[in-house]
Amino acid sequence: MEQKTLEVRNLTVCFRTEKGIIRPVNGVSLDVPAGSIVGIVGESGCGKSMTARAVMGLLRYPGKVTEGSVLLNGRDITNLTEKERRKLRGAEVSMIFQEPMTSLNPVVRVGKQVEEAIRLHTDCTKEEAKARTLEMFREVEIPEAETRYKCYPHQLSGGLRQRVLIAMAMICKPSLLIADEPTTALDVTVEAQILKLLEQLRDGGTSVLIISHDLGVIAKVCDYVYVMYAGRIVEEAETEVIFRRPAHPYTQGLFRSVASLREGGSTLETIPGVVPNLHRLPAGCSFSLRCGECDARCEQELPELKETEPGHKARCFRTGKEAAE
Amino acid sequence: MLRKKREQLEQAADIRLQSQIGEEERFWFLMRRMARENKTAVISFIFIVLMILAAILAPVLTVYEENDMDLMNRLSAPGGAHLLGTDEGGRDVLTRLLYGARVSLLIGVIPALLSLILGAVLGVIAGYRGGITDTIIMRIADVTLAFPSMLLAMVIMYALGGGLINVFLTLTLVNWASVARVVRSQTLQLKNSEFVEAARVMGVSNRKIMMRHILPNCLPTLLVLFTLNIPTSILTESSLSFLGLGVQPPNASWGLMINTGRQYLFTAPWLSFVPGIAIMLTVLAFNFLGNGLLDVLDPRQKKQ
Amino acid sequence: MSEYLLETREITKEFPAAGKKTVHAVSGVSLQIREGETLGLVGESGCGKSTLGRLMIRTLKPTSGEVWYRRQNITAMKDKAFLLMRKEMQLIFQDPYASLDPRMTVRDLVAEPIETWKLCPNREAVTEKVKELLNAVGVPEEFLYRYPHQFSGGQRQRIGIARAIAAEPAFIVCDEPVSALDVSVQNQILNLLKELKISRKLTYLFISHDLSVVRYLADRVCIMFLGKICELGPTEEVYRHPKHPYTRFLLDAVPEPDPSLRGKEIRLLKGEPPSPADPPSGCSFRTRCPYATERCATEEPALREIGNVQAACHYAEGIQE
Repeated sequence: MEQKTLEVRNLTVCFRTEKGIIRPVNGVSLDVPAGSIVGIVGESGCGKSMTARAVMGLLRYPGKVTEGSVLLNGRDITNLTEKERRKLRGAEVSMIFQEPMTSLNPVVRVGKQVEEAIRLHTDCTKEEAKARTLEMFREVEIPEAETRYKCYPHQLSGGLRQRVLIAMAMICKPSLLIADEPTTALDVTVEAQILKLLEQLRDGGTSVLIISHDLGVIAKVCDYVYVMYAGRIVEEAETEVIFRRPAHPYTQGLFRSVASLREGGSTLETIPGVVPNLHRLPAGCSFSLRCGECDARCEQELPELKETEPGHKARCFRTGKEAAE
Repeated sequence: MLRKKREQLEQAADIRLQSQIGEEERFWFLMRRMARENKTAVISFIFIVLMILAAILAPVLTVYEENDMDLMNRLSAPGGAHLLGTDEGGRDVLTRLLYGARVSLLIGVIPALLSLILGAVLGVIAGYRGGITDTIIMRIADVTLAFPSMLLAMVIMYALGGGLINVFLTLTLVNWASVARVVRSQTLQLKNSEFVEAARVMGVSNRKIMMRHILPNCLPTLLVLFTLNIPTSILTESSLSFLGLGVQPPNASWGLMINTGRQYLFTAPWLSFVPGIAIMLTVLAFNFLGNGLLDVLDPRQKKQ
Repeated sequence: MSEYLLETREITKEFPAAGKKTVHAVSGVSLQIREGETLGLVGESGCGKSTLGRLMIRTLKPTSGEVWYRRQNITAMKDKAFLLMRKEMQLIFQDPYASLDPRMTVRDLVAEPIETWKLCPNREAVTEKVKELLNAVGVPEEFLYRYPHQFSGGQRQRIGIARAIAAEPAFIVCDEPVSALDVSVQNQILNLLKELKISRKLTYLFISHDLSVVRYLADRVCIMFLGKICELGPTEEVYRHPKHPYTRFLLDAVPEPDPSLRGKEIRLLKGEPPSPADPPSGCSFRTRCPYATERCATEEPALREIGNVQAACHYAEGIQE
């Protein structure tokens, strides 16, 4: 059995709101094998970022993990205290965010910020820290590392800022990097560079969990894909498989939407309606409201995530039937 | 099939709240909503109404006259014939409190309102127009703020002479500048927001943009400033009275009562405490009511 | 030359920047938009595409150059005279969250242009018109008295569109109207825009960084880099046979939603985009261009005809395979 960097089992996050309890993350299980890039794809509000935050232990009030477990390199980190978690974050698991500007302190030179990250987790001298920072800057291909070291965040372009963040995240060589929409705020030409960098990190032995709404990004770098909808995983498979034979109607709709945009034609394919309010999820399959193929059973009963073919799972009654036929 | 789905979805995904309510009904809908969800605001509202009624009905509610001196019963402690005691002239404190409410409520609310209006209008104009208009308005505001407010109030009162109306004017002239500053900085932010640009693209006139888009979005801040200005006004007036520039003794105002009571703080503490507590409760009530209004009037703050 | 609805002539916009520098957001752009067409404007952030869009509808005034609309020079017009043209040109914003006043109901938001232009005799007529517009963009009319924050991004964008078409404009600048939306919703909005264009005979300037969106909607496409046009031509021609090296890199860099293409090693653009406050001499793309020569550093390439496309590159013919 291959080694897994991250194992998430039946993770559920609850939010207590005025109108009752909602579950933005509902029984999510996922694996990130060592040395691979795994993607979570879904639309805004599907719970993909919340999953990442739960793994990092960064849920904001009133979010709370109520069920399930998170295993990092085989160690259960679900019930760690805040202090233990702080030790973990940055050292064993790191996270980068969509907007590199807001993740950096605007009044501290970027070099110093990266240095701080090292000195937080290891006790090395200032000189060592600086040397390692510069080395890391070169590793993430920041040109003219010495000059950039002294820059303030606003003096850098978006791409460079994201590189600085990646440097900061990688400085203690964590075994897992979680990237939440790492390229959404960036231009396409820069996006391509950052994606390449993530691939290089993977080849260097770090596992990466990418969260994105962009199927292009997912297709380009991920080895394995999870599709999320309304807090649940609705489909999972290897990238090649899922793109070739999407099984869940939602995934199919998503792919059709993107494909029809590329092909042109008079009207574009869409998925009707919008993502449902988590307060008002239907009793059965959460996609049933938007699904063209749903029937009475779909509206009443929640389908299980089950295999449609070896290594390919989907949460839909229909696909199971189709596979049987 | 899909169309049916879509309709189902739109109904399911959206908040059913006030979807069918007409415009006129909306105000009362919001008020009812506030009454239901924010008890503190309701209690505060009732308190304020009672206070106003008490002030108006003061002659009916008390057996003593405002300035009835009873030198035999000077500084008598609360209880007995004088429910809240008497002051150094033997006047009934409760009576003076009720009569004082007339002056103090007016002095609290009216200058706060006037300075709010003046400050908001000037602040929005300064922020939105910019350039020379901005410079002129804000320099005047700076000068106003640079003076110690007491000194400024004294100067204006000397120039205008005594009387209630002049107290209103003075307090307005002292307090508008801070309002203008805050509103201006908010306007600068709002001016660059996309919805203001959208209004401009639609050809909406500048005056309308200020009135319909910028001022309403400053409302939460204005409400806070309003509640903050009330105690300031009441207290400034009391100091003015103390210096013989505000309300003249023997007439009562809460501020004046605190000030005169100060001399007897150790022998007759109720003289200062009673009006002090009255000011505190009033200010709190306005604060809570303001917050309550804020919650229902600001559509963004409504929780789903 | 009356076939153009809108035309910019050598239009330039400079903004003052810190340290006595000037940012050349748009420099010397001349382009024409024909009545009824959709012109796509593509470029990366900071290339001046939004500025150009706003210059066209005069929410910004150019530092130099002119904008002509229906044979009238709107740059030279007095504010009062221009007010009559204002109605003709509208803007759809990128962020449907920021562009709707949070304190106004849907009715008031959409009614604002109608009331501003006094298009309806009384309040009831305005409300009727608003309902009609909401129907046209697919927002159920019972949501008339709701506030923007009660809607999802896609529905908000529909409200923004209803407001933009309320005054019956002829020309609409769409500034990244779908980039804040999810894929499935994005397509709904694109369909709507296309439908409205036909039913209301609109002309669009469609600004986007997303090449596939532009390809779907635009008849012609204009690629911008650092305030200048580098390529302009019929959409299919530009996408199939890009002439300017920047266009090629841009098209190459888009990640394809097809994992089987992953093995294909794409050429990455090196370095970071140059700052518009300090553009390189000659061709502004030369610092990132693999084909750049001495000539590119000294001589700024002019926009010239190559087939039915215009491109600004000295070697446009040479680099084509």
